[in-house]
Amino acid sequence: MADAADMERRDVELSMPPLFQYYDPREDEALEGRNIMDLMRRSEEPYPDMGTGIYMEDGVPQNVAVAALDDVLTWARKSSMWPAMFGLACCAIEMITTGASRFDISRFGMEIFRASPRQADLMIVAGWVTWKMAPVVRRIYDQMAEPKWVVAMGVSAMSGGPFVDTYSVVPGVNLIVPVDVYIPGCPPRPEALLAGLMRLQDRVERQQRAGLSNQTR
Amino acid sequence: MVQPSPFVVNMGPQHPSTHGVLRLRLVLDGESVLDIEAVLGYLHSSKEKLQETHTYLQTIPVTDRMDYLSSMTNNLGCALAIEKLAGIPVPDRATYIRVIMSELQRIASHCAALGFFFNDMGAWHSPLMYFLQQREKVLDIFEMVCGARLTYNYIRPGGVSQDLPPEFYPVVTKFLDELPRTLDEMEQYLWDNEIVRSRTVNIGVLPRELAINSSVTGPVLRGSGVKWDIRKADPYCFFDRFDFNVPVGEKGDCFDRFMVRLYELRESIKILRQAMEQLPPGPWRSEVPVIFRPQAGDAYGHIESPRGELGYYLVSDGSVSPWRFHVRAPSFINLTALREMVIGHKLADVAVIVGSLDVVMGEVDR
Amino acid sequence: MTRSFTGDEFAAAIRRSFPGAVIQSERDAVVVQREAVRDICFYLRDNPELQFDFLSSVTATDYVDYFEVVYHLFSIAHNHSAVLKAWAEGRTNPWVPSVVAVWKGADLQEREMWDLLGVRCEGHPNLKRIMMWEGYPGHPLRKDFLEFDHRTFQAALQPTES
Repeated sequence: MADAADMERRDVELSMPPLFQYYDPREDEALEGRNIMDLMRRSEEPYPDMGTGIYMEDGVPQNVAVAALDDVLTWARKSSMWPAMFGLACCAIEMITTGASRFDISRFGMEIFRASPRQADLMIVAGWVTWKMAPVVRRIYDQMAEPKWVVAMGVSAMSGGPFVDTYSVVPGVNLIVPVDVYIPGCPPRPEALLAGLMRLQDRVERQQRAGLSNQTR
Repeated sequence: MVQPSPFVVNMGPQHPSTHGVLRLRLVLDGESVLDIEAVLGYLHSSKEKLQETHTYLQTIPVTDRMDYLSSMTNNLGCALAIEKLAGIPVPDRATYIRVIMSELQRIASHCAALGFFFNDMGAWHSPLMYFLQQREKVLDIFEMVCGARLTYNYIRPGGVSQDLPPEFYPVVTKFLDELPRTLDEMEQYLWDNEIVRSRTVNIGVLPRELAINSSVTGPVLRGSGVKWDIRKADPYCFFDRFDFNVPVGEKGDCFDRFMVRLYELRESIKILRQAMEQLPPGPWRSEVPVIFRPQAGDAYGHIESPRGELGYYLVSDGSVSPWRFHVRAPSFINLTALREMVIGHKLADVAVIVGSLDVVMGEVDR
Repeated sequence: MTRSFTGDEFAAAIRRSFPGAVIQSERDAVVVQREAVRDICFYLRDNPELQFDFLSSVTATDYVDYFEVVYHLFSIAHNHSAVLKAWAEGRTNPWVPSVVAVWKGADLQEREMWDLLGVRCEGHPNLKRIMMWEGYPGHPLRKDFLEFDHRTFQAALQPTES
């Protein structure tokens, strides 16, 4: 089936690296390498847990009206959190099965996995993060609009898991982004993921009041 | 006259259609793809180096996490390579159990692969839900047998880790009786579907000679017309005792690869029925010490995983850990053919072609 | 059943066309001179009796003094298999000829060999890092690549690639 034109095209392709006819990717690759090394040097300590945030001053009469509004806001936030599509490894498969019809994450209002991080408010880091992927994780996190939460799903995202002593896996995604809820398991069952998400909902409910951003980092 | 110039687009590692963290650099002329390069390594967890610090039994759980959609076959390949290296015998019952697990895993994996394939095409989650429903039944069976849904650590050197529970036979028989009807329903609404046909027929054609030369294996190779299935060509685990066909495509386009996977599901049902009938009683594991030292040498054990030829190249230096543990990952090598398949098609076809290749990034990056 | 060539059979088949190329024949594999690897591979692929048209895997092992590159070859036409090996001496610049021109499937695997082990494949059109990133100091799968503390980023290992 291979005729002369195909063979010739293949010879041309073999002799030249891909893309080089149009664009030399080496500079971008070197830049990416430098970004990764910079991030490695900066990621020494994990982000501390920011707690559930600060409350406005007590005893202010306006608080009564503010508190009712806050309850509505936190109820709205926790009941329709939209996760960003961020499945990396095996935990992503369990995350997808949680979204499927048997375990039905839609009961919690989270069935819309947004492709664009700008439209999402929850990032479920499902799977181990490598140093090569770390700048991408940080970038996606930075692109999300506040209020935003991060769930580390699986032991590999929590702490490196089975790959904690390897040269290429970040020992815990909390070195890269601040994490709100950690869900252990390798992979955690869908029920475990849902339990973790319910804990996150409790945390959102306790979180600080209207008008204050929940992110100070 | 405005001359458009090619521009470079990055389908970055986080993208809904790249089946994990596969990064593609595309050079586009409008919508047509002029060139493509796959950038890998975003999930590289250095399992090969990690295995050099594990004993042979400890290598099995790490193999679970490579091709995480079909962990049983990963375990099987590793166990076969270790048994070849160390000369460990396997009892018959264990071999039949391994066949049963491997074929059940093939059903689960192809269900997931087809579900994601239709996702990429824009059939927004409906076929995925139906296929995942069938996969859940298989995962329930696995949970009954070994306690885990995704990373089983069940097939060990020397056999399997536990015997089948007594409720295994009725549950699996019921599942095998119900599955063909579901597959018929899925086939009925997907096979002659005009959208499926127009988006997959003649898209991503991989010619036969190029497929062999690019070392692709599995449904990708069989979709291109090459009848090469390791279960038939180099049978392991008594696969020569079972009567089954190997579906082969004609053109090598996405539709053929979809068809090959769908028919392989049905063939797996056949194999499962025969294996359940022939299952002999007996021990399910031979006596193997927890830590053993194979003699120095190397071994290459390969199996037909749902994605292709999964091979394990193990080198032993006589100590408790392997000296070199290399995995011939089918998804990784199938990506060699990506460039040939994509050039000339449109941007929307890239997702469909990557979906039909069925790459699992855990295996690609290891 | 795939018939595997024993070391001696395979050595005899290679010696017919490349008399001086075989260094030694092991039980299942044959070690050849690395300079002759590409020509031997072309011969193995194109010879009608052998017709090893399918390269299953190419990988390398670090044996401290030398690197051993292993080619697992299959013939879909005749259903037989063989194992070819080549040695790359030394640690500073081990190299083998690239077989990408023979089997396109060697492309990504040779890049991985270069990235993780530092074995250069001469003649590969696109030999760059695949798993790690450009500028990564060292080749991780080598035996002298010690675990480095990512915090201080001190790598006690080989100089970077040239």
